[in-house]
Amino acid sequence: MKKLATATVAAIMCGAPVMADLVFPSLSYRTGPYAAGGIPFADGYADYMTLLNERDGGIGGVMTRILECETGYNTEKGVECYEATKGEGSLVYQPLSTGITYQLIPRATADGIPLHTMGYGRTSAKNGAVFSNVFNYPANYWDGASIAVNHLLDENSGSLSGKKIALVYHNSAYGKEPIRTLEGLSEKHGFDLTTIAVDHPGQEQKSQWLQIRRERPDYVLMWGWGVMNQVAIQEAANIRFPMENFIGVWWSGSENDVLPAGQAANGYKSLNLHGTGKDYPIYADIQKYVIDAGKAAGAGDQIGTVLYSRGMYAAMLAAEAVEKAQSIHGVMDITPAQMRDGMEALSITNAILAENGMPGFGPEFDVSCENHGGPGLGFVQQWDASAKQWNLITDLIASDKDVIMPLVEADSAAFAAESGITPGCS
Amino acid sequence: MFYREAGDFKTSYAKDSQTFPIKFDRWRYYLVLAVAFLVIPFIINDYWANAVFLPFLIYAIAAIGLNILTGYAGQVSLGTGGFMAVGAYATYKLTTAFPDINIAIHIFLAGGITAAVVTLFGLPSLRIKGFYLAVATLAAQFFLVWLFNKVSWFYNYSASGQINMPEREVFGVLVTGPNTQAWATYLFCLVFVVFAGVVARNMTRGSLGRRWMSIRDMDIAAEIIGVNPLTAKLSAFAISGFFVGISGALFFSVYLGAVEVGEAFGINKSFLVLFMIIIGGLGSIFGSFAGAAFMVLLPVLLKNVLVGGMGWDTALAAHLEFVIVGALIIIFLIAEPHGLAQLWRVAKEKLRLWPFPH
Amino acid sequence: MTADFYYGIEVVLNGLMAGVLYALVALGFVLIFKASGIFNYAQGVMALFSALTLVGIMNGQIPFAHLINSIFGTHIHHFGWHVPAVLAILLTAGVMVLLAWCVQRFIFRHLVNQEPIILFMATIGLAYFMEGFGDLMWNSEIKKLDVGIPQGGSFWIEDMTSGLGGDAFYGFFIDQLDIVAAIVAIILVIILVAFSQYTKQGRAMRAVADDHQAALSVGISLNFIWVLVWSLAGFVALVAGIMWGAKSGVQFSLSLIALKALPVLMLGGFTSIPGAIVGGLIVGVGEKLFEFLIGAPFLGGATENWFAYMLALVFLVFRPQGLFGEKIIERV
Repeated sequence: MKKLATATVAAIMCGAPVMADLVFPSLSYRTGPYAAGGIPFADGYADYMTLLNERDGGIGGVMTRILECETGYNTEKGVECYEATKGEGSLVYQPLSTGITYQLIPRATADGIPLHTMGYGRTSAKNGAVFSNVFNYPANYWDGASIAVNHLLDENSGSLSGKKIALVYHNSAYGKEPIRTLEGLSEKHGFDLTTIAVDHPGQEQKSQWLQIRRERPDYVLMWGWGVMNQVAIQEAANIRFPMENFIGVWWSGSENDVLPAGQAANGYKSLNLHGTGKDYPIYADIQKYVIDAGKAAGAGDQIGTVLYSRGMYAAMLAAEAVEKAQSIHGVMDITPAQMRDGMEALSITNAILAENGMPGFGPEFDVSCENHGGPGLGFVQQWDASAKQWNLITDLIASDKDVIMPLVEADSAAFAAESGITPGCS
Repeated sequence: MFYREAGDFKTSYAKDSQTFPIKFDRWRYYLVLAVAFLVIPFIINDYWANAVFLPFLIYAIAAIGLNILTGYAGQVSLGTGGFMAVGAYATYKLTTAFPDINIAIHIFLAGGITAAVVTLFGLPSLRIKGFYLAVATLAAQFFLVWLFNKVSWFYNYSASGQINMPEREVFGVLVTGPNTQAWATYLFCLVFVVFAGVVARNMTRGSLGRRWMSIRDMDIAAEIIGVNPLTAKLSAFAISGFFVGISGALFFSVYLGAVEVGEAFGINKSFLVLFMIIIGGLGSIFGSFAGAAFMVLLPVLLKNVLVGGMGWDTALAAHLEFVIVGALIIIFLIAEPHGLAQLWRVAKEKLRLWPFPH
Repeated sequence: MTADFYYGIEVVLNGLMAGVLYALVALGFVLIFKASGIFNYAQGVMALFSALTLVGIMNGQIPFAHLINSIFGTHIHHFGWHVPAVLAILLTAGVMVLLAWCVQRFIFRHLVNQEPIILFMATIGLAYFMEGFGDLMWNSEIKKLDVGIPQGGSFWIEDMTSGLGGDAFYGFFIDQLDIVAAIVAIILVIILVAFSQYTKQGRAMRAVADDHQAALSVGISLNFIWVLVWSLAGFVALVAGIMWGAKSGVQFSLSLIALKALPVLMLGGFTSIPGAIVGGLIVGVGEKLFEFLIGAPFLGGATENWFAYMLALVFLVFRPQGLFGEKIIERV
């Protein structure tokens, strides 16, 4: 025990330099079953912050510091990481796992630290009147379900009545998220919805795909993660399901998911929150200031992949929120509470995106207390197996707010009642 | 010199059968309790509570529970994770249905419910033995997790299937939810741990414990000398289930506050608790504590040394952590297959003779 | 005949194929348990490790590159050559033999005569160790494994049978990978049986399985036999790793296939090679058929994980030593 105490004290001493800086904890998972998804995100997040330090000298003159803590996608380790890093002035947490997000929502709210759960976590956190410290802009799962359906509506000239859509989902909190939205949409648009659960980890999905083969749905949507994605894409190819009718959510659409299936994955579609590929000016800067300087977070082989872009995008949004907070409060070395105000007042415009070297990378949006969830816009991308790259095939697609907003209201009201929160915007 | 029976005269039956017959042991025990109750609560902070003490205390209860079943009664179980989930979900359902009743009572009730469920899954043990039984308890593990995930009644029909613990008080002090003080949650768990430890210790050295051990050592022989295997085995399952249920309840309500069944109570949890009792020592209450401490502290220590102390990158450190934990388990087993408790026992024997070993 | 009937048959066929894959994993367990009484939890991780090694060798990855880079500040990752599949498989088999020797020399030699649960525990320690070691050696990203096994539905079978059940039936779907796996499994079992029946080492192996002390007293080296069975188990793990890895890419989840093998073992008995095969087939067919008939329509699906265990549990209540296990005789 004594040894542990000294070690911990030593660890804290080493880890906390005296100069002021902006601390961004990164609860990454570079090990465990989802390592392949965790590595590029963490690299992207860290590399962008390094870029800001190297190129601009930090944000508003204050250097950024990434505090990486390995969670292995494990909730208990996530709690340990949170407790270990929160005392160092951590500005915003990106929990990167549904389980850890649910853990941190009450804790971080009590400690006054904002959470940014970009495209995951608790969907009804969109309602900032209840979830004061949780932000999930630019889009959430329910938006995702609706964006996918709207894309299909576009393809079928506005009508899906009589069509059959199957949802293949990871049998967990995450995978079950879109079901209510899809049920609502199926009533509205008159399509048949079949839900097919795949249990963790999803290595064996023969039954599920035989069922799909029997029932011949017109479209298959997928809410998968980890090995489930690779196996599902392979199985879909095996039963000769037309790949262009197979759409995954944004967590089922990275290079990792399609590469193992090889040529067979050609034409597979997925949603995305942001642009993809290396055709953005920012990559020149990253190459120059980060990679060539030998300061890349990982092996440097992930640049330009979908999940790397997502980490980078999350970092960019965090950095913009810092700037906003700095201008609101007039101090450069901001606190987590000021960061929260910055996130709530965040406004992303095309000009800002272009200035950051990412023109058209994501949607334009404004965050407000009533809406912590952004505009709910998303792209659809398609995999080109011969070129080994994802191509965006649509513009930003909007989600159907008529269906989603009542669900957000109901779920956040339930949470407010359960935890005794009086909703309200100050 | 100071650790011996000589000079410590027992003048009554009660004294003769006390838990710690050696004076030094007794004082050490009181000292540990005093530190745990009177010193630690004043110096504890959030990090130490949430990263070290709470998991240690809660896993210690689970380890005591499993040790009763596996260490004393010889029935290997790999269903601990699923059984902890029963405790957690029972607490959640009870406290949301009856919010006015004290949470401590709910946690005890959850233990009782878990005991009933575990006993049900213990029934096949009358036919199945050894590793076959171990694998059979996995059926409970997978089935329970699937059930809690599937039936929305268990999570009050929430959209995501997660359960969240509302704030609850004991004697006007918050013990669950995000606004708790570190000392309050720590003391709350400590009370349960002490309760579990005292009860288990006394049960295992009484007639019930002897019956369990006779079943463990050879069940046919035990049957012949008049031990009823039905009641002995099922009582072990029930009592073990009670403790495991309490630990699951605390794990959810005090420690995590929000859980998703597949992730928090998956098969890994079952293995983790089994590691604890084997590393700590089968058939030893002290071993349950030692094992829980070892498995909870070691990763945190390694992480702090490798990442914080030596500045390695986190991925490398996490991989090395696996290698080191694995190697340490093997080294421990080779050095002392009967666990930390056996090392402790050997140390005590040595101490008894010290400083004149001959 | 209605289409549903034929779909039922299709499910059974696919269940059989899946069962063969489960049996492949279970075989490794049986080999080690029979010869040394060790319940080897690390079998799944061995499959992962062998597949990682195979891909690493094929792609010419430098082992421990990440570790070396962060200690010496270098930027190495690949040797820059590609090794043909056959050679790589042989090299990997060599690595597995080396691993078997290490396991025997550094772990189990020191644990002779310990209780089964201690040995079991040691294999869990080994599983942890190899999990970390494999990641350190070859990194943890998903790797594509391509040793030239065909994938995808067999269109010939599909087209041939599509007329059977009317318009609503699209022909039997059978994955080519599964067919290959079944053939490989059959060959593997034949080799194993022939090896243990007709070679000197094989007979020695069976003697050890029968009675350690008697085997020792007639001059059989236990050490050698144990290295042998661990190598064989390593080789079986490699085959299983290739088959599963071809499907999903080589990644961490490969180690979880051990969980699929446990109910197979319970059903078939821990000590019987034919038991592993038959148990695998029963579990494969049982879980697929249950999902088809009851799970998906009535219980909301995803029942496969627990159904296999429940099936085995119910089965064991009637026959506690499994299908082909040695009868448990208890003496006081």
